[in-house]
Amino acid sequence: MNQENPTSMDIDLTYAPALESAAIGAIKPRYQMYLDGEFVDGRGDDIVSINPATLEPLTTISSASVEDVDRAVAAARKAFEGPWSRMGGAERGKYLFRIARAIAERSRELAVAESLDNGKPIRESRDFDVPTAAQHFFHHAGWADKLGHLGYGPAPRPLGVAGQVIPWNFPLLMAAWKIAPALAAGNTVVLKPAETTSVTALVLAEILADAGLPPGVVNILPGAGDIGSALVGHDGVDKVAFTGSTPVGKRIQSELAGTGRKLTLELGGKGANIVFADAAVDQAVEGIVNGVFFNQGQVCCAGSRLIVQESIADEFVERLKKRVETLRVGDPLDKNTDVGAVNSQMQFDKITQLSEVGADEGATAWTSSCPLPEKGWFVAPTIFTDATASMRIAREEIFGPVLTTLTFRTPEEALAKANNTPFGLSAGVWTEKGSRAMGMAAGLRAGVIWDNTFNRFDPTAAFGGYGESGFGREGGPSGLAAYLDTDDEGAR
Amino acid sequence: MARLAVIKTYKLYVGGAFPRSESGRTYQVRDEKGTLMANAALASRKDARNAVVAARAGFGRWSGATPYNRGQVLYRIAEMMEARRSELVDLIVSSRGLSAAQARSEVDASIDRVVHFAGWTDKLPAVFGGANAVSGPYFSYSAPEPCGVVAVAAPDESPLLPLVSVVLPALAAGNSVVVVASEADPCVAVTFAEILATSDVPAGVVNVLTGRHGEIMPWLASHADVDGLDLTGVPAAERQQLEVAAAQTVTRVHAPHRAPDFTATPGTARMRAFLETKTVWHPVGAVSLTGGSSY
Repeated sequence: MNQENPTSMDIDLTYAPALESAAIGAIKPRYQMYLDGEFVDGRGDDIVSINPATLEPLTTISSASVEDVDRAVAAARKAFEGPWSRMGGAERGKYLFRIARAIAERSRELAVAESLDNGKPIRESRDFDVPTAAQHFFHHAGWADKLGHLGYGPAPRPLGVAGQVIPWNFPLLMAAWKIAPALAAGNTVVLKPAETTSVTALVLAEILADAGLPPGVVNILPGAGDIGSALVGHDGVDKVAFTGSTPVGKRIQSELAGTGRKLTLELGGKGANIVFADAAVDQAVEGIVNGVFFNQGQVCCAGSRLIVQESIADEFVERLKKRVETLRVGDPLDKNTDVGAVNSQMQFDKITQLSEVGADEGATAWTSSCPLPEKGWFVAPTIFTDATASMRIAREEIFGPVLTTLTFRTPEEALAKANNTPFGLSAGVWTEKGSRAMGMAAGLRAGVIWDNTFNRFDPTAAFGGYGESGFGREGGPSGLAAYLDTDDEGAR
Repeated sequence: MARLAVIKTYKLYVGGAFPRSESGRTYQVRDEKGTLMANAALASRKDARNAVVAARAGFGRWSGATPYNRGQVLYRIAEMMEARRSELVDLIVSSRGLSAAQARSEVDASIDRVVHFAGWTDKLPAVFGGANAVSGPYFSYSAPEPCGVVAVAAPDESPLLPLVSVVLPALAAGNSVVVVASEADPCVAVTFAEILATSDVPAGVVNVLTGRHGEIMPWLASHADVDGLDLTGVPAAERQQLEVAAAQTVTRVHAPHRAPDFTATPGTARMRAFLETKTVWHPVGAVSLTGGSSY
């Protein structure tokens, strides 16, 4: 047989596309809000949801008005006082187990829908977002009849109606993070998904309805910031949970001042990823890449500051660039895609603008030469070197595939630089020396520390920030505390 | 002829020292019969800021100490209170007009409260943290850590027990504290500060300001280097403005809507209010991949 020489220089090593079918997402032409167990039109304006990878309209979402918020809060109150707070924990738990199972059963559909609506690579929605959302319900299901073992007294009581506002970076997963602990603890919920990503939250609503969850226990109201504001400020809400930006978090905390309403905030970050000279370099390179390019960098705990020991900095950054050069940016539905589309025009503009500021301030920008699709909100992975701690790219959350590199000489300097931020959500440490890893973990003022790994999440492990990254935790026993009356101080 | 008593001036307690207010201001403290008991320092905005600087330095010392050591230091406070028990009783009797028995009961309860919290320091991670059963090859644990500098408004209802009940939980959790004493009882608060100063509590870990809550608290609430704010001693109607100020830097606020019963056994809410949870992840390698010799 006349075979081609496999070592020929002509051989094409690019990946053939491996497209997931968009039809699996079963996107409907129009989605309605979920209120008191019914799918109904909201009285707000319709929202056209755009596919970030094609800029084509994906679907239309009926949005809520301020009066709809009143109706939803009333429905949640009725459900709380009616069936939900009277139901035993074991029965509540069984609903959550059902929901977990149903998410798993519709996982492929949810993954495709998420990638279409959000722009994230199908590999991430399929392998991370959707399975972790199911796991979150499964884990919390088991807590529902074991609340007395949490350490907050023998029978901690729920708070009532929880008003929850979630962001667009992990639309389904954030809904799961919010709803699962709230229900396990015995609360009812009014949830507002982000304006640009309501689809999977409303598919989740179908799952809740199919699971037979009593009407009003969970209400999902799409809308923009005004609806979120009406929800968190609503007098009928007993607990507010918000994930989003630090400026909005501050506004909510101000708005709730003096009300005594329980509040948890999961806000922004500027995570440090610290690489020591003795780190396993290949693993560290993978970790830095995962830390800042996962989900196009639109992650509150992203490792967006590389702090690398000076003695290896040049070599390390070269290897990092070589690796980043191989990342494939493109169609989110292609199983080979590493970096998808950023979620919106607004986010695209913000990333682009802050990158320009970085260059203007004197940092050196390097951008992957990977081809970008002609259409869609795609940003090439970018690495800044020659940056200083005072530059905006080293201080502000960019929320995009942009890494800012700083260097250090001593571990003390690394700690000081890592902690030199009002944020405190995450940090990574790369070293082969166990005692140093533990020492750094102890000294870093951040809620999650990853030693020789990055971006690991689990419903059993508390997640949340220090300082201006917010307060309260999600996951584990401390996450449930956010949805229980844990005031055990004797009262007169 | 009767001996003329030496009247004491009650000063602030900041960074381990007893300065007067930088403003030079004092106010008169009168007993319940209206007789002048003492002059106390009327702390200013600058004093509050100095106290936060001292508390930030104190936080490093205190949070860096071992939990066992912190427990011993807190227990030492109880020992020193016991030694000055009659002085505390006399002060409470004269300032509040309580009977000696009532005052003794408050002092005894306060000493026992300190002992209670001395026993908490090395148990918090066991009770509010632990290993996380994550579904992957990682060792993951969550453990509580102090949030930092906590500003506290001491309640007014009685001179010593509420003060001890709000300061000790924050300390047991590993925080440093700036406490604004009850305006009516600076003498008891400053005497407590003298006890702290002789109890191996490192400088700056507790800082006591005397004066007007309404004047000092807004500066502490809005201070960017204050991490936690305890408003138990602030009337509900005055909390909103302070909480708005706190929100500008996402400061943690503890403002219980139910008036606490300080005579009851304390729960853990006051410690939890000023604790963060830190989660740490580390990969677990297969034994064959972790290197080293094999048999």
